[in-house]
Formats: sequence, structure tokens, C-alpha cells
Amino acid sequence: MTASPITIAVFLALFVLVALLGLFGSRWRAGDLSQLHEWGLGGRSFGTLITWFLLGGDLYTAYTFIAVPALMFGAGAAGFFAVPYATLMYPVLFVAFPRLWSVARRHGYITAADFVRGRFGHRGLALAIALTGLVAVMPYIALQLVGMQVVIAALGLNFTVTLPLLGTVSVPLVAAFVVLAAFTYTSGLRGTALIAVAKDLLVYITVLAAIVIIPAELGGYDKVFAAMPPAQLLLPPAPEHSLGAGFGYVTLSLGSLLALFLYPHSVTGILSSSSRHVIRRNAIVLPAYSVALALIALLGYMAVAAGVKDMPQYAKGFAVFGNNFAVPALFLQMFPAWFAGLAFAAIAIGALMPASIMAIACGNLFTRNIFKDFIAPDCTPQTEAKVAKIVAFAAKLGALFFVLELQTAYAIQLQLLGGIWICQTLPAVLLGLYVRLDPRALLAGWAAGILSGTFMVAALDFKSSTYPLHLLGWTLPCYAAVSALVLNLAVSVVLTWVLRALSATPVRDETVAADYA
Amino acid sequence: MPQDKPRRGIHPVYLCLLIPYAAFAWVPFYNRIAPQLLGIPFFYWWQMVWIILTAVSIVPVYLFEEKRGI
Repeated sequence: MTASPITIAVFLALFVLVALLGLFGSRWRAGDLSQLHEWGLGGRSFGTLITWFLLGGDLYTAYTFIAVPALMFGAGAAGFFAVPYATLMYPVLFVAFPRLWSVARRHGYITAADFVRGRFGHRGLALAIALTGLVAVMPYIALQLVGMQVVIAALGLNFTVTLPLLGTVSVPLVAAFVVLAAFTYTSGLRGTALIAVAKDLLVYITVLAAIVIIPAELGGYDKVFAAMPPAQLLLPPAPEHSLGAGFGYVTLSLGSLLALFLYPHSVTGILSSSSRHVIRRNAIVLPAYSVALALIALLGYMAVAAGVKDMPQYAKGFAVFGNNFAVPALFLQMFPAWFAGLAFAAIAIGALMPASIMAIACGNLFTRNIFKDFIAPDCTPQTEAKVAKIVAFAAKLGALFFVLELQTAYAIQLQLLGGIWICQTLPAVLLGLYVRLDPRALLAGWAAGILSGTFMVAALDFKSSTYPLHLLGWTLPCYAAVSALVLNLAVSVVLTWVLRALSATPVRDETVAADYA
Repeated sequence: MPQDKPRRGIHPVYLCLLIPYAAFAWVPFYNRIAPQLLGIPFFYWWQMVWIILTAVSIVPVYLFEEKRGI
């Protein structure tokens, strides 16, 4: 299976253009890139519009654009949880994150763990937060490369070479990796922000075309919905003495939205804005991306209506990538050749750009919260920036290795766990912006949350994250991140109360109330 | 009217931010096909409308905070 030469030509042209944009990003609003906050936070200089593009590209990744419709394609209504998730996160962003921005600005914090160290004066807790962030974001980078692989396969660009040690390696994937590594290293977050603008424009064009052209060709939205099995169009009704799939739907949205802004790449994106007003305005204008996401989710139903799964030319793609191939197949089937090239470029660049921010976030975290705190406390700002750049490179290399050598299924499972783990940093980070619990209690709560969350997903054989709890004769199908977080909070609060009753430990909080305003 | 005392308690305008959570949490209300809009079942268009309304619900709080200079 090979896409038309026109599709491939348009794809390559756009991809090269955007890659060049990223490389020359270092000259845009040039700063001293040997300083960590210049390289890794773009000098905290981005205004409302650039932050809108940057966070939009950062939070709505290529993998989202492939996996959400794939879920709708396979499971129906349950996949639409992405909509409440991507909407209800904005009131949280609006209320809490201007506080994080202010305190980070005042004290020069670059990561969430920086804040935790300053707020609680406890290096162990800060390390736990930093490690959780690193472990959670790594499989996320790997999934972006999986998104890239799907596009490469749809284009039919499966050139492989056999290398010693690595075995068979996809040439286009390695090429994309080199591009990613090069612009991240030279331009840092500035290059990423420029690419974000190009990527988001391509995504909006694709979405607008898709929701107009495809339903028209399929005979209207009623035909699209009529093609779905009726049982999948809604959430199944709750059985007796159970809160049913509706509860799973709501907790999955809730847990996912609480987790999202705790991810290192989200924190990096938020802290790079130039003022707290920028964050607040963005909480109002960012939902535009959620509208796009809802429409993209419906592409899954359009793929069902178009019947791409049973077409022989896409059989191989579905065999390798499962339902993740639904959207690429739909684009190949319904769009003119040149426009399919544009749509694929949107997805591929949409994978590069968040992968770059995630790698930068890994660099920031490792440098600040492991290298500087535990290995070389007296390092110069130049060394700091250098270490961050090298770690960002290593993080991407690790993700590439992961995708090439291990099964995609592992990356997906690890990302599932990552969401649950990162959620357990909420009491220290998000709640820490308001209340100062005892750091030892927070550490115990964190451990309880991580262990119970992992246990629940392991009990489900790593296939799902909705674990049925049994309470007073009722069944509550609850997203494991949420139930683990409830346990985490309970342990943190009760232990804080106990520890304070036992002894008055001195408070080592370098922040004061005025820092948050 | 100068307002420079620190925020004690929560101003009622912040309640606006809770409305969207209620709208999405009430699954039994919107988990239905009819009424359809342009061929789209209620389950889908209700949630899509609330994307916009969530953004709208933040606006009064934004204006309140800007006015107070928070």
C-alpha cells in the first residue's frame, strides 16, 4: 500500500518547511540560550496568542488526535469522555495555575518539583515529585513517535535498514527523530513555540475540511450516526446496585483533567507565559481546541460509516496499528490526494511539537531536581542549561528505542499507569498552592496512591483503568487515578493531623502568601 | 471603591465555575438520543455546547478578578 505521490510530496514539503522554522527559532526574540530559563522556558516571554498556540499544541497531541477517534471507532460513546476532560480542565487552570506562575516567577522555579522543594523544604518529597514526572512523561513521548509511525505507514514510506544492535529500523522514523532532536537542542522552547503556530493552523484547516467534506460525502450527520451499532451510541444503562458506566465516564474525565496540568510538559508550557493574565485569558480561549477535539472524536464514527475497516487496501494498516489506523484510512479514502498530505503533515508535526516540549520538561526536571539538588549543587547556570539539553536528547533517544524495540502495547500501558501516577502529585503541587500539609505525610500519601493505583490496574491486567469498587452493596466503576487519589488525600490529611499533634516541627517554607498573588 | 483587603471567604461569583461540572456530571440527564440537532444525538451536542458554555462561565470571574486587580 502506497499513498499517491502527490500526497507524499505535499507531506514532505510541509514537514521540511516546519522543521526549518523550528531550527531558526533560536533567532526569534533571541535570548541567552545558555541559561536554563531561556532555553527551557523561552525566557518566560510568551504572550496570550503564542501561549494559546503553545499550550494548544502541547495539550492536544497527535496521539490524542489518533487515539480518541480510534476509541470512538471501537467503543462508541465511552470514547467521548475526552470532551468533558478537555473542557472541565479550564476552570482548574484558571483558578490554580496563576498562583503557580506567580510563585515560580518570584523564586525562579522552573518545574513543579522546584516549587515543592521551596514550599515544603523537603528534598525527598521534591525528588518523589520529580521522578513521578519523569516516569510519567517518558511513555507519552514514545506515544508521539507511535503517532508518527501510523502516519508513515499510511503514506507507505516503510523504508527500513538493518543495523547492528538495533535490528530493523524505520528510516523515516529515525529521520523525524533527528529533526526533533536538532531543533529542540538548538532552539529550546522558542523553536517549539514557532512550530506550534504552524501545527495548529494545519490542524484547524484539516478539522474544518473534515467536518464539512466527509459528512457531505457520507450523506449527512444522521447517516454517520446511523452507521454505528445503536448500543454503542450511548453509555450502557447502569445495572442494579451499580453506578454504571456513567460513573466511570465522569471519574475518567475528572482524573484525566486533574492529571493533565500536573504533567511536566504542561507545567513547562504554563510557566513560559509572560504573566498570570496570559494564563487566565487562555483558560477562556483554549476551549476552542476542545471543540476541535470533539469534532475529531466524531471522525471515528465517520470512519465506521465510510466502512474503511473492510477495505482490502487498509487491511494491513489495521492489522499492525489496530483502530489507531481508522483516521489515517479515513483521510486517504475521503480527501483529495494533496489534502491528505496536508492532514498527515498536521498529525506528524503535531507529534514532533509536544514531544519536543516533553523532552525539554524532562531536561528541566532532571537538571533542577536531581542533578542540582543531589549531584552538583554548585553548578553554574551554563552547566545547568547544558545538562538539560543533553537529558532532553537522552529522553527522546530512550523513547525512540522504546518504540523501535518494544511493543507499542507497552507504551500504551505505561502511559495509562503514568496518568494514575502523575495524579498522585496533586496534594503536594496543586493543593500545595493553597494548603501546606506535612511533607512526610504527603510522601506517605503519594506512596499509598502510587501503590494502590498500580495494584488496581495490575488487577485489571493493564487493559483498563476503570476499577470497580464495592461499597455498602453498591458497585462503583471508578477511574483508578481518582480512587487512588482519594486514598492519597486521606493518608496525607490524617497523618498531617497526627504528626502535628505529636510534635511541632519547624516549618521550612521559603514562600509567603504574597508570592502567590 | 478601593478593595485591598486580602480575600477572606469566597466571593459568590466563583460559583459560576461549578456550573459546568454539574452539567457534565449529570450523565443520566444527557445520556439519550433525542432531541437530535442536525442529525447529532443529544448526548453529543449537549456536551459540545457545554464546551462553549464552560468558557463563557469563566468570563464573569475573569472580569471580577481584573477589576479587583488580583
